[in-house]
Amino acid sequence: MNIRKLGLRILAAAFVAVPVWEASVTAAQADSIFIPQASYRTGKYSVNGTPFANGFDDYLAMLNVRDGGIEGVTIDTEECEFGYVTDKGVECYERFKSKKPVAYTPLSTGVTYKLVPKAAVDKIPVLSSGYGMSAAADGRWFPWVFNFPTSYWSQASAFVRYIGELEGGLDKLKGKKIGLIFLESGYGREPIPLLKKLAEKYGYEFKDYSVPGKEMEKQQAQWRKIVKWKPDYMLMWGWGNMNRVAIRRATEFGFPLNKFIGVWWSGADSDTKPLGKLAKGYRAGNWHAPDACCDVHKDILKHVYDKGNGHDKAMVGQVLYNRGVVTAMYITEAVRDAIKANGGKAVNGEQVRDAMEKMSIDAARLKGIGFEGFTSPIKVSCADHEGSGPVVIQEWDGEKWVIIKRDVKPLTDVVRPMLEAAAVTEGEKLGYKKRDNCS
Amino acid sequence: MLEFIIGLYEGFLANPAVEIWQDPAYFIQNVAGGLMVGILYSLVALGYVLIYKASGVFNFAQPMMAIFATLALIMFHDKVLFPAIGTGYGLTIVLAIIGSMVMMLILALLVERLMLRPLVNQPEIILFMATIGLYYFLEGFGETMFNKIANSPVPMESLGMEIGPFFVGGVMFQKVDATAAAVAAVMVILLAVMFQKTSVGRALRAVADDHQAALSVGIPLSVMWVVVWVVAGAVALVSGLMWGASAGAVDFGMVFVALKALPVLILGGFTSIPGVIIGGLIIGVGERIAEIYWSPYLGDSIESWFAYILALIVLIYRPEGLFGEKLIERI
Repeated sequence: MNIRKLGLRILAAAFVAVPVWEASVTAAQADSIFIPQASYRTGKYSVNGTPFANGFDDYLAMLNVRDGGIEGVTIDTEECEFGYVTDKGVECYERFKSKKPVAYTPLSTGVTYKLVPKAAVDKIPVLSSGYGMSAAADGRWFPWVFNFPTSYWSQASAFVRYIGELEGGLDKLKGKKIGLIFLESGYGREPIPLLKKLAEKYGYEFKDYSVPGKEMEKQQAQWRKIVKWKPDYMLMWGWGNMNRVAIRRATEFGFPLNKFIGVWWSGADSDTKPLGKLAKGYRAGNWHAPDACCDVHKDILKHVYDKGNGHDKAMVGQVLYNRGVVTAMYITEAVRDAIKANGGKAVNGEQVRDAMEKMSIDAARLKGIGFEGFTSPIKVSCADHEGSGPVVIQEWDGEKWVIIKRDVKPLTDVVRPMLEAAAVTEGEKLGYKKRDNCS
Repeated sequence: MLEFIIGLYEGFLANPAVEIWQDPAYFIQNVAGGLMVGILYSLVALGYVLIYKASGVFNFAQPMMAIFATLALIMFHDKVLFPAIGTGYGLTIVLAIIGSMVMMLILALLVERLMLRPLVNQPEIILFMATIGLYYFLEGFGETMFNKIANSPVPMESLGMEIGPFFVGGVMFQKVDATAAAVAAVMVILLAVMFQKTSVGRALRAVADDHQAALSVGIPLSVMWVVVWVVAGAVALVSGLMWGASAGAVDFGMVFVALKALPVLILGGFTSIPGVIIGGLIIGVGERIAEIYWSPYLGDSIESWFAYILALIVLIYRPEGLFGEKLIERI
C-alpha cells in the first residue's frame, strides 16, 4: 500500500468515525450536566483559591458518588486555572461556554463585572456568591447575575449594625471613627459608597486606606496613618496575603484586634493560622460554619476521601473550603429544582436561572441535604437576587475560628434603595431595560 | 499658572513642613520605620550586587531565589526534620538551614552547567534574559514544590528571634526589623572582607572584569561562578527569612517587595555593596515620607511608584548610581 492510499483510508475512516464519536458524546451529555469551575491554585492568591476549589470540587464529587449526581443526572465538571487574573478568568468562561454550563461561578469580582454583559447573551446564569457587583442584587435589571446570600453592601451595612450594637445602639455611632483598609481594586473599593452613605446617616467619621497589590506585604505606611487618625473601628476588604499582613501590622501598631473586622474574604484560616495567638481577637464576617461541623463533611470524607479521592483532607472544614462547598450546593440545589420543574433529566442554563429566581432553601431542606448548622436558610426572588441573608461574625481564638454572633441583619432600609439606584445606573450603561412583572 | 505653582509649593513643601513641625515625633517614627524597611530592601539588593560584581550577570531571579530558599528551609523544618526529630532546641532549624543551602548549591551547580557555561562571552543582555527565564522556572517549579507550605509561618522562634515592638526614646521599632539591620550590617562586613581580603574575592573581581583574561591567568571560571551563586543563595535565604518574619509568613507575593531592590540598585550602583545599603535606606525613608506627607495631594499608594521615579531621576543624571563605578571606555 502506498502512502497516498494509506492517507486516503485514514481520512475516510475519520469521516466515518468523527460523527459517530460526536453522536456518542452528545448522547452522554444528555444524561449529564456541566458545572465548571474557574479556580486559582497558583499565583499570589493561591492560599485562598486552593481551599475554595477543593471544597467546590469535593462536593460535586461526593454528589456523584453518593447520589449518582443530582436527581440521577451525573455532574460533569472541569477546572480552569486563571491565577486570579481577570483576563484569564474571562478566557476560562469563553473556553467553557461551548460546553453549555448550567451555571458559572467566576470567583472574582473583576471577572464577574466582565461577564455581566456576556451571561445574558450566552444564557448562562452567573453566581457570584458573596462577591461581584452589588447592584446585581436587583434582579429586575440583571436577570442573569446572582449574588446571594448577601452582597458586599449588605455585608458592610451589617458590620455597621454590629458596631452599633457593640456601642449600645446605632445612635451611639455619632462622633465615632470607622476606617476601611482595602486592596486597591474594584473589589476593595466596592463598600466605600455604602460606608460613606451610612456615615452621613449615622454621623460617624469615615476614612479609607488603600493597599496596592504590590505593597500588600508591607502596609507599615497605611498603619502609621491609621493609628495617627485613631479610629474606633477598622474594617478590612482584603484578599490573599494582604489580610495576614494587615492583622500583623495592627498588632504591631497596637490597634485592638477585637475592633478590627474583615469582610468574609478576610477571615480564612490562612489569614490567621500563621500568626497563631498573635491574631487572637480578630473578627470577620461569614455566612457559614468555619469548621467541619456537619453531616455534609462526614459524607465528603466517607464518599470521597475514604475511597482515596479528594484533594487535601487537611483542608476539609476550613473557612474557604466550606465556602466552596456552600457555593457548589447553591448551584446543585438550583439544578435540582430545575430538573424537578422540567420533569426531564438534563437541564440548560435558562432553566437553572429560572430555578435560581425561585430558590427557597429553608431549615428543613438544609437538614435534608446535610447542611444543618452549616448556613442559614435563603430565599431568592425575581427582584431580589442577593437573598439578603444574615451575616455571622466569627472570631479567631488563637487556634481556630469560632462564631461569636449570628444573624446580624443588613441595614436594608439604606442598602436596598442604594442597590436599586446603582442597578439603574449599571443597567443603563449596558443598555438593559428593567423587567416588568418582577418582584 | 501662579496658583498652580503656589499649590505645588504648599502641597509638597509648606504643608508637610508644617505637619513635621507640629508633630516631630510622628516624623521621626516614619523615618525610623523607613530605615528599617530600607535595610530589608538592601538585603535583597546585596544578592544582585554580589552576582553582578563577580560575574557581570544581572540576576533577575534573585527575589525568586529568596522565596525559593526560604520555602525550602520551611519545608525541611516543618515537613521533614521537625516531625522526625521533634527537637525544640533549635537543632532542626540549623539542619533546615543546611538543607536549604544544599538546595541552593545544587541550584548554583545547575545554573553554572546549564545556563552560564553555554553562554560564556555572550553579551550581558543575553545573560540577563537567561536569568529572566530562571526567574519564571523557579516560580513555576517552586509553586509545584512548595504550594502546600506557602503561607507557612517562618520558624523564627527556633532561631531565638523575638517578634514584637520595642521603644527607644518614645519611638517604636520592631524587633524583627532591628534584627534584620544587625544581620545586614554583619553581612556587609563579611562580604566586604571577602571581596577585598581573600583570594576568592580577588578572583571574583577579576572574573567580573573580564572572563577571558581571568581564564588566561588560571582562574577557574566555573568554580568561581558556583561560589558566587551559592553566596548569593545564602544572602537570598537571609533576606527571605527577614522579609518572612516581618510579614508573618513566606509566600510568592513577596516577590513584589523584593523587586523593589531594583531601584535600590540603580540608586546605589550595581557594583557597590555600601551603595546598595545606602540606596536601600534612601528609598525606604523616601517612599515612607512621600506616602505619609504627599498622599493628601497625590492620592494613596505613592509607595508603589516613588522608588521607581527616584531611580529614573538618578539614571538620568548619574547612570552609574550614587556609588557605582564610572565606566570610561576607549572609543
